[in-house]
Order: sequence, then C-alpha cells, then structure tokens
Amino acid sequence: MTLIKETDFGTPPRGAVPGAWVTLSIDGQEVTVPSGTSVMRAAMVAGTQIPKLCATDSLEPFGSCRLCLVEIEGRRGTPASCTTPVEAGMQVRTRSERLARLRRGVMELYISDHPLDCLTCPANGDCELQDMAGVVGLREVRYGYAGANHLEEPKDESNPYFTFDPAKCIVCSRCVRACEEVQGTFALTVLGRGFQSKISPGGQPFLNSECVSCGACVQACPTATLIEKSVVEKGQPEHSVVTTCAYCGVGCTFKAEMQSNEVVRMVPYKDGQANHGHSCVKGRFAWGYATHRERILKPMIRRKITDPWREVSWEEAIGYAAAEFRRIQEQYGRDAVGGITSSRCTNEETYLVQKLVRAAFGNNNVDTCARVCHSPTGYGLKATFGTSAGTQHFDSVDHADVIVVIGANPTDAHPVFASHMKHRLRAGARLIVIDPRRIDLVQQPHIRADYHLALRPGTNVAAINAIAHTVVTEGLANLEFIRERCEAEAFDRWLAFISDPANSPEAMEAITGVPAADLRGAARLYATGGNAAIYYGLGVTEHSQGSTMVMGMANLAMLTGNIGKLGTGVNPLRGQNNVQGSCDMGSFPHEFPGYRHVSDTAVRESFEALWGVPLEREPGLRIPNMFDAAMAGTFKGLYVQGEDVVQSDPNTRHVTAAMSAMECVVVQDLFLNETAGFAHVFLPGSSFLEKDGTFTNAERRLGRVRKVMPPRNGMADWEITMALSNALGYPMQYRHPSEIMDEIARLTPTFAGVTYEKLDRLGSVQWPCNDQAPEGTPVMHVDGFVRGKGRFMITQYVPTEERTTSRFPLLLTTGRILSQYNVGAQTRRTANEVWHSEDVLEIHPWDAEVRGIQDGDLVALCSRAGETTLHARISDRMQPGIVYTTFHHPKTAANVVTTEFTDWATDCPEYKVTAVQVRKTHQPSAWQTEYQEQRRRTTQLAADAAPGSSGSEGSNGSNGNHPNGGNGKNGSHGAGAPAVTIGTKEPARTQG
Amino acid sequence: MVHKANSIARYFAAYPHEEAVAGIADHFAKFWEPRMRRQLLEYLEAGGPGLDELVHEAARALQTGRS
Repeated sequence: MTLIKETDFGTPPRGAVPGAWVTLSIDGQEVTVPSGTSVMRAAMVAGTQIPKLCATDSLEPFGSCRLCLVEIEGRRGTPASCTTPVEAGMQVRTRSERLARLRRGVMELYISDHPLDCLTCPANGDCELQDMAGVVGLREVRYGYAGANHLEEPKDESNPYFTFDPAKCIVCSRCVRACEEVQGTFALTVLGRGFQSKISPGGQPFLNSECVSCGACVQACPTATLIEKSVVEKGQPEHSVVTTCAYCGVGCTFKAEMQSNEVVRMVPYKDGQANHGHSCVKGRFAWGYATHRERILKPMIRRKITDPWREVSWEEAIGYAAAEFRRIQEQYGRDAVGGITSSRCTNEETYLVQKLVRAAFGNNNVDTCARVCHSPTGYGLKATFGTSAGTQHFDSVDHADVIVVIGANPTDAHPVFASHMKHRLRAGARLIVIDPRRIDLVQQPHIRADYHLALRPGTNVAAINAIAHTVVTEGLANLEFIRERCEAEAFDRWLAFISDPANSPEAMEAITGVPAADLRGAARLYATGGNAAIYYGLGVTEHSQGSTMVMGMANLAMLTGNIGKLGTGVNPLRGQNNVQGSCDMGSFPHEFPGYRHVSDTAVRESFEALWGVPLEREPGLRIPNMFDAAMAGTFKGLYVQGEDVVQSDPNTRHVTAAMSAMECVVVQDLFLNETAGFAHVFLPGSSFLEKDGTFTNAERRLGRVRKVMPPRNGMADWEITMALSNALGYPMQYRHPSEIMDEIARLTPTFAGVTYEKLDRLGSVQWPCNDQAPEGTPVMHVDGFVRGKGRFMITQYVPTEERTTSRFPLLLTTGRILSQYNVGAQTRRTANEVWHSEDVLEIHPWDAEVRGIQDGDLVALCSRAGETTLHARISDRMQPGIVYTTFHHPKTAANVVTTEFTDWATDCPEYKVTAVQVRKTHQPSAWQTEYQEQRRRTTQLAADAAPGSSGSEGSNGSNGNHPNGGNGKNGSHGAGAPAVTIGTKEPARTQG
Repeated sequence: MVHKANSIARYFAAYPHEEAVAGIADHFAKFWEPRMRRQLLEYLEAGGPGLDELVHEAARALQTGRS
C-alpha cells in the first residue's frame, strides 16, 4: 500500500461544450482541452507540471504567486498560466532560461521570509513550498534572512484539531479562497496590505471565529501553516486507504492516511463522488472515538439487569444469547423475539441481522432506526413514485434554479452537501426555506432566502397544500407532464381536493402563521422559476402527518413537472450514514430487501429457496409495537445491533419499562449505551475503520467501507451476527462481506449489478444498478415512475393532537448542531465537545422575559410526558411561543419530554411538536437524578470475574472493559463482587 | 391501539367511502403484525368503543377477507 496523492491540475476543469474543444501546443506537444481551460491545466493534461503555489484545482485561479509564468508565442511578457485560458493554435513554452530566472527570483523572495526548519517541520515531505524550491533549482537567497520577516509571529493553537503558524505562511490565499469557494463560510480574510498582509479568521483566534473547522483551509495550505495536530504529533502518514465516512447521510469519501494500523488523519478524497474532496468537522477530525478509552472490547453477560456485568469469552456470550433466545421461543412462542438493525453498520451487516431474524428466529420482527426518522419517506415516496428513496444525485443541485429546503438544516446536519448547495445559491439559484426556525441558510454570506416561511410546528401539510392550491388555481401546473406521466383518475380527484378554498393560502394563514402572500409568492417561484428541487429532513417526517407531508411534496413535484430530470426532484437528507442502506436491506418488518412485501409469494419463495427455510408471510412488529408487546408479556427477547432505543426513542419511561420487562436483551455496540443498561448480553462492536462493507448515502450511492485496522474487539459486526446465527442453529458461512453483497445482488433486482469489483472500479454506484442501468442510476423516474404512473395522493391537513394549553403553553421542536452527531455516541468522545458540551434551550426574548429567564439560566423543560433541565439561550431565531433544543447529550435526555404521538402511517414519533412549559430552576429534575442512579447501578462490571482484570486499571492493557480507568473505586456491589461503574463521568451512548 | 387505528382512519377519511375502508383494511393487513390485528378484532367484538366507524368497517372487511 502506498500514500494516495491525487493529481493536482492546478485549476478546476471546465465543462466540455460539444464543439468547443481547443487544440494548442505546449512545449511542442499538442493537447486538446475544453475551451475555458487554463494553460496550467492543459499543460498538466499533457503531462507537464508548471511550478505553482497559489493554484490548486479545487479553487478558481488567483494569479498571485507569479511562479506559474509561461511564454506564449506572439504575446508580450510572461503571463500566469493559471489565469490564462487556452486558445486555438496557442504555442506555449513552460521552460526557458528567462522563466527559470523569474521563478527562482520569486522563490528567493518567499524563502527569505520563511523558517529554514524543513527537517523538523511537520510538513516535511508534504510541503509544496519545499517541492517548488526544488523544482526551480533554488540554490541561494541573495537577500539573506536578517531582513524584516514574520518568523516570530505567534501560533494560533486554539482549534483542537489544527494549528495556524503564521511564520510559515506565504499568503497565497488558498485558505481564504477554500473557506469562500469550497466551504462557503467566509471566515478567513487577508488583513493588511503588502508586507503586512496576514491571514486571519476575522482578527480573533480560530476557536472564537466563524470558522466551522471543515478542514478545507488545512487541505488547501501548501505549507505547514495550517496543519493537523495529529500530523504534528505523529508525523507524516505512509499509506492510505480510501473509505466512506461513518457520519451523516452525505457519505463522504475519505482517505484514511495511516502509519501502520494507526490513523494519522482523515483527508477527503478528491474523487469522492458525493463530496468531491470536501469534508466537515466530524468526518475530517472527529474519528478519535474509535480508540476512545470507553470502548468496550470484551463480551459480557449477566442474568439480571441489576447484576454486575461479567466478562466472558466470545463463545460463552454467543452461546448464552442463543440459548436464551431459543428458551424464550420455546416458552413464549416463536414471535416473542426480534431484532433491530443499525443504520450505522454496513449494508452487509444490516442484511445479516434481518436474515437472522427472518431465517433463524423464524419471524419478521425486525426494524431499524429509520422508524424514528425517515420511515415516512419510505411510505410517502413509495405511494406516489413507487420507491422509497431520494430522486436525485447531489450533483443535480448544480442544475437547480429554485431550491426549497423544508424541515432541514443542512449547514449543521449535512454540511458537505450544504456547501455544495450554497455554491449553487451564490451562483444565482433562488431559495425558499420552510422551517419554524431561522436556520443559518436563511441568510449566509452572499445568500439570502427569497422566502422564509416560518410556519408553526405541526402545520407542514397545511403549508404544502396552500402552495399546491396556488399552483393549481393560478394556472401554473404542468398539465402536459401530468397527462403523460401521472394517473389521471387520482389526479382529477386530488385536483378537486386541492382546489377547495379551504386549502387556499388565505385559509391556511391562520393555521400556519405564514402570511398568505408569502405562501403564494413561494408557490409562484417554485412553479415558474425553472428547475425546482425540494430537499427535506426530519422536520418533515417526525410529525403525526409525516407521511402525508412527504406525499404532499411529491404531489407538488409532479404538479409542476419537477421530477425525473436534473435540478429537480424530492430529496430526503438522510440523517445517519447508512439509514438509506439499512432500509434498502430489508430492515422493516413488512419488507424483504429491495422494499418487497413479505406477503409477495414469488419474492418470499426466492428467499426461501436461497436461504433454505420457510419464511413468515405476515408483517412483524415495529419497534414501538415491540415495546407494547413487551409490556403485554408477549415479547421477551431482543437483539439490538448498533442502536440505542432507550436514548433515541420517544417517551423514555415507556421504553425503559418495556425493556425491563424483557428476559434477554442482547446489545452489540461500541460503547455501553443506555440500552445496554437493560441488556443481559453485551457484544462489543467494531468501528467503521475496522471492517469491510458498504454504506448507502442519501443519494442511493453505495460506497465502499474498507478496513484500515484490525477490529479492536476481535470481530467485525458481520462476523458476530454470523456467530450468533450459527449458535442458533441457522448456519451462515461468509468469508468476506463481498460474498454477502453477492447474495444481496442475487436476491434484489435493484442491486443485481452491484459487486465489489464494480465498486472498486467505478468508485461507487447508485441503485438501481442492474442490466438496465449497469453503472447505476443518478436520477430516478426519468422516463416513467418506478410504479408506472405517478400517483397524486390526497393530503388532508389533520392537526396534531398535541396542543398547547395554559399548563404547557409553548411548543418544543428539536434539531441538530454541526459539531455533534445524533445522540452523540461518537462526537461526544472527541474534541468536538469544545463547541457544544451540552444541549441548551433556545427561547425567544419575549418568552424568556415573561418567565424571568436570563441567558445561561438553568431551566426546567416540562411536558405532560416528563421533565428535564438544561441551560437557556436567549435567541430570536425562534418565533415567540416556540422553543428549541438539540438532543446530543444524555444528561438532557430530551426524549423524557417527547410524547407518544406518531405518524399515522409509520409510527415515526412526533419529535418536532411537544407542548411544554419552561421555568427557572436550580436543580436537575427528579427523573434525571433517578435515572443517573439507575444508570450507575446497571452499568457495573464484576471486576473480579475476568482473569487478569480484577480491579486493576490497565491490568488487561488497552483491551479491557475499564474504559474509564475503572478500578473498583465504587466499592462492592451486587453479590459481594467488587465492581466498577463503566463510564461514570457521563452515561455512555450508542453507535446507533 | 384505538388512537393508532383512528389516526389511520383520519387520513383515509378524505377518500371516497369504499376506497377509505379498503385503504384502512389494506394498511392493517400490510403493516400490522397478526397479534395487533387480533387485538383489534377482539376489541371490536367487545363493542369497539372509541373506534372510528371507518375502522369498524375496515376491520370487518379484513375479517371477511381473511375468512
């Protein structure tokens, strides 16, 4: 293995327009490139690298370093090749005595103000300044080194992940331009002029600035000025492996740059088809959780959840779990057990868990975390279009003229795609934001939403109906598209429904709180502004009408013909890295892989034939149904891979009561999460760095996950599931995840063409990938919908039953923040904590004032379901009457407050609407105190049970289950066994 | 269960009656695990208080379809 270095062409590619190719001569060699290409890039295409410093092909040319000068026949002077476009017949010379002299002169000036510490510099071996000094043959610096310089400038080490050393800076502005062009944050600038010029994040330390730590500046820096602290500490990597990020549904491709089995840094891969070389603070820097001391690395069992954990061998743990599942099935019936797949594990691992449930357990009691996030997407898009997935690839946004963002906050939750979207918005696309909160995207540098429809939580359907009503009644519908592509009868019926004045913006204004004129204006813009694309998130799905709203958006797209072509579509921004994949792989209790119902005899028989067992034709239990059945005494055993239902699911009291009623809960995870507090078997999981497989991102793109180090726990997750299945008596004998993918491809028509060989060859593919689309499908529904004709669905607005009252007069809605991810299992175990160490409650100044609340006060947040406490932040991003918080920290436990109301079709919880009251307080809620105590009791480890680990920190090296340095300091517990509490600093979280 | 069934009925109530009943019955068949359907039918046999009339009809249709 070697270190992968992508070719830098110096300037970005220009799109090839048919007939607009240009042939020129560079150093006597002819080369043909698209018009608009720079001479620098053309030279590189021809195999000639022109010296450069301020140019790199991720940024527009700048022409400041004067190193890339060339001579062009018939032109005076020596133009910069980066800013000079090619012309037909141009004769370019990249090498001459004059050019060499000029370049050496430029380098002399740079080096006269640069520390000569190359051998001890962290960028030694990876420094373009060093390289260029070599390329131009610099042998002396005639000016000496004693003149005015910047060598004593102090370093800025405030950012936890990278340093800024102005002494090494050549002010090439690559970092400033990366921040502007790639990331779109505009946090960096050049202060001063001439010799006083200096790069600065707005005249303050990086940590206090607007910098979002995406790493684009670090990547762009040609010297050691901006460099990862991990490289400073460990040195340069020696090989790299291309893999897929395990955060969020963007699915960025990264190079894991390694020293042996140790990650030195994660660098976004330029050829990554989802991210094109960009990254965010999570994927780029927050990977240290994989080696965090709180990882559990040995299996553990216990008979009762009040017993301390006992470390055992893999054989004993797997054998115990299998025996318990079989005992429960014999005692309570075949359907008394089930499983939950993980949206953070690979497709292959998810596939195996649902296979285990269906084939080894013999029922369909399998579900996944999409139940609580995007299950309405599955229902709504399948009903209207015929399949459960976003319609476009990310690059489609480059062709959008109008972008509609509904119930999503991409700059925080999908930051790399947000940068892509912002790039298009800065280039002129119009923007409509539909969200109760003034998300960052509403106003950014060089971006301002044309409409921000700040509707009341729970009124999405009213708003989308009002928009569709406007399109219809103002004659803006694309009737030709509808006639050709949609079911006529369903459309006619829907037309009668939507045309009703009850759906007009004027009628809906009182419900949504959005002025009718704005609803009408947004509708006109969407319908007439050119290609219009909808992007949405959990602010759409996590409602009692989540599925209805998804269908409402699909109706609108069909109504205007904004589907089936570039720049349009209906696109869910998936929350977790593989939530699309986990759904694709048959994680729902009613569907086999590929979204085919279990009652479909032909489909079921195909699985029975290959799996060798009869399969159940009835749907199984969804997660909330499992809890209900547990409370009813008919569901007793659960295998949970990489999910933390106790933390993530609504109405925590109900969930914990249900978990406590089960007799065998098996949790497979990186950390001892909240659900593990109710588990009888803990199987340590493996991180994405430790296994092979695939993830599927929000654009249906399958990307390879590649093992860069051996599993620290000893087994990859797919191997653990295999072992459990084998112990249950249903054999699984895969030697590599590629064999699992081969089986998926054999059984699933939309994946029929997927192989690891193809993924390695093409980088990634988007399903459907089969004989009809051998290299995948970037845009769906091009010539027809998956279901044939598109189907308009009636979307009657039905108000949520969650209402404000005098007792609970405010509405709580929840969301995410950039630096943290989901329940925080990974990011809280990284330096990302520096940005968001606790969840806070955003409250409007008016609501705060009437309650006597000041910024930073501890407040109690109460609903009819429960109460928690957190600190207040006064903010006018919310409307009066609405409060907002994130859900990343366990000490807040926002789901104590959320209710049991769910989407009517899918049981997705209504996280986004909870009636609450807020008041000042001085102490944690009773629930928080009680839960902390319960947590302490249920995470104890019988320290003397495992040989060599009896209460002595480090006695089992780095592989023991003493992640918090446990040493028996908590005294005796349980049946007299010395015990330690795992993760005493703060309750651990999940991988799922 | 009553709340869940009624919320399904509230969605389909916007459709013509026959289609609404069929849609609700289909939803129960496709997405409800057998013991949930049994529970619903037992509740109906006991009178089904609080259940939307559409749910009554859909459950009867479901029962007929199964028998």
